[in-house]
Amino acid sequence: MASLLHKLSRLPNRIYLPSVRNGLASKSRNLLIYRAASDLAHLESVKQKIDSKRQSALLGGGQNRIDAQHKKGKLTARERLDLLLDEGSFIEYDMFSEHGCTDFNMDQKKFTGDSVVTGQGRINGRIVFVFSQDFTVFGGSLSAVHARKIMDKAATVGAPVIGLNDSGGARIQEGVESLAGYADIFLRNVLTSGVIPQISVIMGPCAGGAVYSPALTDFIFMVKSTSHLFITGPDVVKSVTNEVVTQEELGGSKTHTALSGVAHNAFENDIDALARVRELVNYLPLSNKDAAPVIKSDDPADRIVPVLDSIVPAESNKPYNIVDIVEAIVDHGDFFEIMPDYAKNIVVGFARMRGKTVGIVGNQPLVASGCLDINSSVKGARFVRFCDCFNIPIITFVDVPGFLPGTAQEYGGIIRHGAKLLYAYAEATVPKITIITRKAYGGAYDVMSSKHLRGDTNYAWPTSEIAVMGAKGAVSIIFRGDSEQAEQEYIDKFSNPFPAAKLGFIDDIIEPRTTRTRICHDLDMLATKDLSNPRKKHGNIPL
Amino acid sequence: MSIKASQQQLLKSSPSTYNTASMYYTVTFDKILIANRGEIACRVIKSCKKMGIKSVAVHSDVDSNALHVRMADEAVCVGEAPSRDSYLRMDRILDAVKATGAQAVHPGYGFLSENREFAKALKDNGVTFIGPPAKAIEAMGDKIESKLLAKNAKVNTIPGFDGVVKDADEAVKIANDIGYPVMIKASAGGGGKGMRIAWNDEEAREGFRFSSQEAASSFGDDRLLIEKFIDNPRHIELQVLLDQHGNGVFLNERECSIQRRNQKVIEEAPSTFLNPETRAAMGEQALALASAVGYFSAGTVEFLVDSKRNFYFLEMNTRLQVEHPITECITRVDLVREMIRVAAGYKLPFKQSDIPIDGWAVECRVYAEDPYKSFGLPSTGRLRQYKEPLHVPGVRVDTGVVEGSEISVYYDPMICKLVTHGKDRTDALSNMKDALDSYVIRGVNHNVSLLRDVLRNQDFIKGNITTKFLYEKYPDGFSGTTLNGTQQNELIAGACYIYLKKLLQSQDFLYSKSQIYRAVQPTSWDLVISVEDKEYNVTARFDKNNLILDINGSKVSMSSQSSFSSPVLEADINGNKVTMQTISHKQHDIRIQHCGTVFSPTVRSRKQADYVHLMPEKPKVDLSPFLASPMPGVLFSLSCEVGQEVSEGDELAVIEAMKMQNSLFAGKTGKVKKVYFTPGDSVGENDVILEIE
Repeated sequence: MASLLHKLSRLPNRIYLPSVRNGLASKSRNLLIYRAASDLAHLESVKQKIDSKRQSALLGGGQNRIDAQHKKGKLTARERLDLLLDEGSFIEYDMFSEHGCTDFNMDQKKFTGDSVVTGQGRINGRIVFVFSQDFTVFGGSLSAVHARKIMDKAATVGAPVIGLNDSGGARIQEGVESLAGYADIFLRNVLTSGVIPQISVIMGPCAGGAVYSPALTDFIFMVKSTSHLFITGPDVVKSVTNEVVTQEELGGSKTHTALSGVAHNAFENDIDALARVRELVNYLPLSNKDAAPVIKSDDPADRIVPVLDSIVPAESNKPYNIVDIVEAIVDHGDFFEIMPDYAKNIVVGFARMRGKTVGIVGNQPLVASGCLDINSSVKGARFVRFCDCFNIPIITFVDVPGFLPGTAQEYGGIIRHGAKLLYAYAEATVPKITIITRKAYGGAYDVMSSKHLRGDTNYAWPTSEIAVMGAKGAVSIIFRGDSEQAEQEYIDKFSNPFPAAKLGFIDDIIEPRTTRTRICHDLDMLATKDLSNPRKKHGNIPL
Repeated sequence: MSIKASQQQLLKSSPSTYNTASMYYTVTFDKILIANRGEIACRVIKSCKKMGIKSVAVHSDVDSNALHVRMADEAVCVGEAPSRDSYLRMDRILDAVKATGAQAVHPGYGFLSENREFAKALKDNGVTFIGPPAKAIEAMGDKIESKLLAKNAKVNTIPGFDGVVKDADEAVKIANDIGYPVMIKASAGGGGKGMRIAWNDEEAREGFRFSSQEAASSFGDDRLLIEKFIDNPRHIELQVLLDQHGNGVFLNERECSIQRRNQKVIEEAPSTFLNPETRAAMGEQALALASAVGYFSAGTVEFLVDSKRNFYFLEMNTRLQVEHPITECITRVDLVREMIRVAAGYKLPFKQSDIPIDGWAVECRVYAEDPYKSFGLPSTGRLRQYKEPLHVPGVRVDTGVVEGSEISVYYDPMICKLVTHGKDRTDALSNMKDALDSYVIRGVNHNVSLLRDVLRNQDFIKGNITTKFLYEKYPDGFSGTTLNGTQQNELIAGACYIYLKKLLQSQDFLYSKSQIYRAVQPTSWDLVISVEDKEYNVTARFDKNNLILDINGSKVSMSSQSSFSSPVLEADINGNKVTMQTISHKQHDIRIQHCGTVFSPTVRSRKQADYVHLMPEKPKVDLSPFLASPMPGVLFSLSCEVGQEVSEGDELAVIEAMKMQNSLFAGKTGKVKKVYFTPGDSVGENDVILEIE
C-alpha cells in the first residue's frame, strides 16, 4: 500500500479534469512502461477503478434518472454547474466520497460522489464555490458528507458560495447523522454570513429542515413551476391541520416571491435562472474584505437625463414609476431588481454607476403611494444591511407619504418592523446618497437615509416636500379644524424643499436632469469614506 | 397706433414691393393668441416669432408644462384636461384674449378651428379670427350644404343623399337607391372620423347605428350623409389661399391616399397621379368654390379621384390642414404667415404663376399607437427617450413634444409630423427612410414600423396607391415587416454585436480582488440565435473592430462605433450602411428595431441552446376567456351581463378612447362569468373587462 502511494505521488501532477480523461489514460500508459510488471498491473487496476468511479460519478443516479429529471423540466446537478460557471473552469472536490450508512440495505446502494457535486469555479473570471444537489441520487437527500467542506474553504479564501438546491430533504435512512449534517451547514451559513455572499438557487424540492440553509443565505432564487420550498409538504399539512393545499400553492415560486417574501426572485427555467445568477454575482464583491466591483463602462458620468425633469407629476397625489427614474439614471439602464414581486411599494436592487456596483432603494409611488409598511420595511432593511456588509454604496430615492396606518399594521408590529429599516440605515457605514424626488413626510423621512442617519449627500428635487405630514392633516392638528387659508399657508411654508435646505438637512436642491452627474461625482468623492461604528459584539436589531 | 395704421395703409397699397426678407417685418398684429395645443400651436408660434409677433398660448392643467406653453411669450390656463373643459371652452378662451390683450386668434386645426360661433364671438369682441369668414365656415361645415354649393359652383360632385335618417331601414333604402358601396357618416363630423363604408344591407345597418350614435354624442346633430362610394379612389386635395380682396391662388395638390379608418397616415406633394391639366382643372374648381362662398385665408378642397382621373368634390376644410408642411416645402410659402397677413387685410404677395413645384415632399404622421391593432389603436405613456432625426437632409419635424412629455388619453396621440423634402420623389423617400430609422421614440408604442413598411412597398414606390392601400396590402392587418435574407442577417449581426459587446464589458473588471486570474477569453463564440421561431447557428469572432460572423453558412462582417446601449446602432454590414435601434438588452433577450419593426432575437450560447432544447415546453395560457381592453380608454357600453350566454364573435363591449369607439368581441362561446367594469369606468391597456366560462 505504501509503495502504491509512493508511486502514485510520482505521477505527473495535474488536475484530472473529466474533459481530458481519455487523453490522459493513453499518456499515462506510456509513462508507466518501465515500471515493474506487478506494480504495473496493480496500478493499472487502481487507475481503471478511478476511471470507472469517475465515469459513474459523472452519471450520478444513472441515465434513466437523468432522463426523468429532464422530463420534469430540470437539468442535472452537473449540467447546472456547466451553465453556471465559465467554460472549463469547474474544479471538482470530493468526487469519490460515498455515504457510510449501512442500515436499510443502504450499503448495497452507493453512488460515487453521493447526492451532491461540490467544487470551485469561476464566474466571468472570479472565483466562486459551488455545491449542486443531485436529485438523481437518493432524490438529492442530504447526507452527512455534504457541502460543509466547501463552505469552510470559501470562507477562508473569501469567495461567494452558490448552492443549487434540488433535494427531497434529510436522508431518513441516516437518522440523526443527517440532521447533524444540516446543523453543520446552518452553522457555517451563519458564521460566513456577512463575510462572503451566499446565494441559493432552489431548482427542485427543498423541504423540511433543509429549507433553513437557503433561508440563512443572502439571496434565494427559484425556478418557476419546478421548485418548491416548504417546512412540511401538503400531505403532512392535510393530516395535521386538515388544510388541502397543492405543492405549488404551499411552496411554489409565486408563493415565495409574492406572498411570503422568502425568495428573492423566480425565473422561467434552469437556464434562465443560472444566467441571472451569473449576472447577480457580477455585481457582488467576493467577500467583505473586497470593495464593490467596478467594470469598464462607456456610459458617461456626465450624461444629462432630460426625462427626469418631467417624470414626477405636478399633482402630488398622482403616481409614477420609480423604476423609470432608476433606469434612466444608472449605467445602460441595467437594474437587477431584488424581490420585484414582494412588497412592491419599495424597490430594491443592484445597478452600476460609472461601472461601480451600487445598491438602489426607492419608494414606489405606483403601489400603495409608496408608503412604508411591515413588508416593505423588512425588505428594505435586509437589502440595506446586505449592501453595508459588502461595501456597496446605497442610493436612496425618497417619495414616501409616511408609514401605513391601521390596525393590521399596528397589530402586525409595524413599530418593530419599521424600526428595522431605521436601524439598517443608521448602522450602515457605506457611502449613502439620498435623492428626495417628492414627498418625505414624518418618521418615514427620517428613516429613508436622511441626513440625521448619517446620509453623506442628501439632495432634493424641486418637486420635493419635506414636512411632518401632508398639509391637510397638519392644519387639522394645529388649528383643530379645517381652514383653507391655513392649509395654503402650510403648503407654502412646508410643501417645498426650502425649510429642510435652510436647516442643512439637504445639501442641495438639484435639477433632476443632473442627478446622474451628481451621484457619479459623489461616489467618486466618497470612495475614500472612512467611518466605523462603536466597538461591540454585535448590535441588537429589533427582530 | 396712428403710425402703425398708416404703415399698414402704405404696405397694403403697394403689394408688389414685398419680398421674402421684408415680408416678416410687415406690421400685422402685436399679439396673437393660439387657441390650440401640441404641434400646431408650436407651428403657429414659430411663424409669430419670425414675424415679430408676441404669442399667447392657452392650455389645460395637464398641459401646463407642454412645449407650446414653453415656446409662447405668455400662457393662460383655460381649464381641466378634457378638451370640452379647456380647449373647447370659448368663454374661457375669450377671457384669455381679453386678459392678454391679444388682437387676433389663430385656431390651428381641430378644436374651435371650424366653429362658426367662435369666429363670430371673436368678431363681436373686436378680435380678428385668423381664418375664413364665419359665413364660409358655416357653409362648408355642413356636408350637405357644401355639396349643394359645390354643385351650383359647377364643381364635380358625387351622387348621394343627406339629411336626417329615421332608422336603419331608411338607411338601407337610401343606400340601395344610390347603389352599393355607400359611405355613411355624421353630417357635422369633420375629417374622416366616424366615417363608415357599407357594401351590403347589414353593413348599412351597422354603419347607421354607429354613425347616428357618434353624431348624437360627439356633435349633438343627428343628420347623416350617405353617398356613393368611389371604388379605387385616391384622396387628392388642393390647397387654396385667398385674400380679402378677391385674389386667390391654389398651392398645388397633396396626395393623401394612404389612410386607415379614413384618417391620413402618409401624405405627399405633389401627387404622382396628376398631370398639369388635371391639376389646373382641380385648382380652378377649388378656387371657384372658395370664391362662391366669399372665402379668404387658407383652405383645402378635398377630392376623390378615380382611376380615369375623374375627380369629385368631397369637402372643403376651412382651416389650416395637418399636412400643410408638404405644401410649404414644395411651394416655399409659409401658410401660417400668409394666413396672418390675410387676416390683417393684406393682399396676397404672389400670383398663380409665382407658385412653383419645387421637388417633392413626404409627410409621415408618427402616432403614439399600436399599429398591430387595426393599423393603429391609441397608446399612452411618457416619452422616456426622444431624439429627432434632424441630421437627415431635408427633414422637418413638426412636433409639440420633447423628451419627457406625456402622451395622454385626453388628446390626439400624434407625436410628430415627420416631413422630408427632396429634389425628387426618390430623394424625399430615401430621406424619409433614413429619418424613420434613426428617430428614437421610447416609452410609448408608435407606428414607425407601419410607416417604414409602406415606404418599402413596391406599389407605393411606384406611386400605385388608393385609399384602400393599407387594407389591400395587409388584408389580415399589419403585424410587422418581413425581412429579406440580407436584412435578416443584418438583424442577427446586430443582436450578436450587442450580446457580445455586453458580455465582454461584463467581464472587464477594473477592480476586483481576484483579477489575477482573468477569464480565459474564447477567441470565437458558438451562438444560437432564434428570431421568430427560426434558429440560426452563428459563429462569431472579432477581428480588431470587425465582428466576423458565419450565419448558417453565410459570411457577414460588421463594424460599428455604437455602444451596445446607445439607442441608435449605426453599423457597416457587408459594406452597407445600416441603421438599427437597440430597444433593450436583458440577458439573452435582445430587442432590436430594424426596418422600423421591433424584433426580439434570443441569443444563447450553443451550450445554453442545447440545454433549452431539453426543457419541455411550458403550456401556453388560453386567453380567450378573458375580454381585455386593447388600449387605455373609457368603457363606453357593455352589451352583456353576468350569466348571459354569448357566442364567439359577439360584440360584448365598446371602448371609447381618443373620441374613437372600438368594439370588443367574445373570444369564445360560453357564459359570462364575471364583469369587472361598468360603463363609464376608465380601463387600462390589457385590463380584463369580463371573463367567459
